[in-house]
Amino acid sequence: MVVPIYYYLILSAILFCIGVAAFLIKRNIITVFMSIELMLNAVNLSFVAFANHWHQVSGQIFVFFVMVVAAAEAAVGLAIIIALFRARSTLNVDAVDLMKL
Amino acid sequence: MHLVLFFIFGGLCVAGALNLLLQRHPINSALSLIVVMSSLAVLYLLLGAEFLAAAQVIVYSGAVMVLFTFVIMLLNAGLEERTRGSKAAYIVGFPGAAALFALLAYMFLQNSGPLGGARLGDYLVTTADLSRVLFRDLLLPFEVTSLLILVAILGAVALARREH
Repeated sequence: MVVPIYYYLILSAILFCIGVAAFLIKRNIITVFMSIELMLNAVNLSFVAFANHWHQVSGQIFVFFVMVVAAAEAAVGLAIIIALFRARSTLNVDAVDLMKL
Repeated sequence: MHLVLFFIFGGLCVAGALNLLLQRHPINSALSLIVVMSSLAVLYLLLGAEFLAAAQVIVYSGAVMVLFTFVIMLLNAGLEERTRGSKAAYIVGFPGAAALFALLAYMFLQNSGPLGGARLGDYLVTTADLSRVLFRDLLLPFEVTSLLILVAILGAVALARREH
């Protein structure tokens, strides 16, 4: 049985758009950060789907590097969130508006 | 079989992502994100990426999400409150995301013919294939990532440390 590649790509587009919506709507900084991870995962799925289509390893290599960078980014980002919570004692993104005009 | 598995785990992915969007407590969002990542690992297996499926489970649903739940519990995050800024985000966010999805879906459906299909077990990238490229052709980028992770560890420790 054959599953068309565009099924995978549309699933990836659905996940990416839910991630974008969550990024814009959520007010908790940790949830905003999690929606970024969701978008990264959606893009990884389309990389793997294209790797399957072209029968190339490079798509999967890209996913590997994205995973490495995402892990590093998660560690630094969560450290920033902890530092922010110490300074402002809030997790609401609307309360962190020091650079707003 | 392939189609059935795709729809089961694709449906789980979408349900988990929607639950992340709809839940108001961060710990519920984090747990639904784990569902999304684990089902994505199954989809990777269906696409013949066995190493990435294992790495997805270990790195994403294991390490990264444990870090997230740890920080949520450390900071004792409660329900998110509704504030002024969220109204504009509601007005722009949903139509914007829907428009983006419509654009992407139109593009993929337009090219659905040349894209072809994936057959189960037709194309399998083993760990040996992957490591042959990674450790021979891309050795320098691979080593640079280790430096990146070292810098990230140092940065995380420096940022999260309590100042005296």
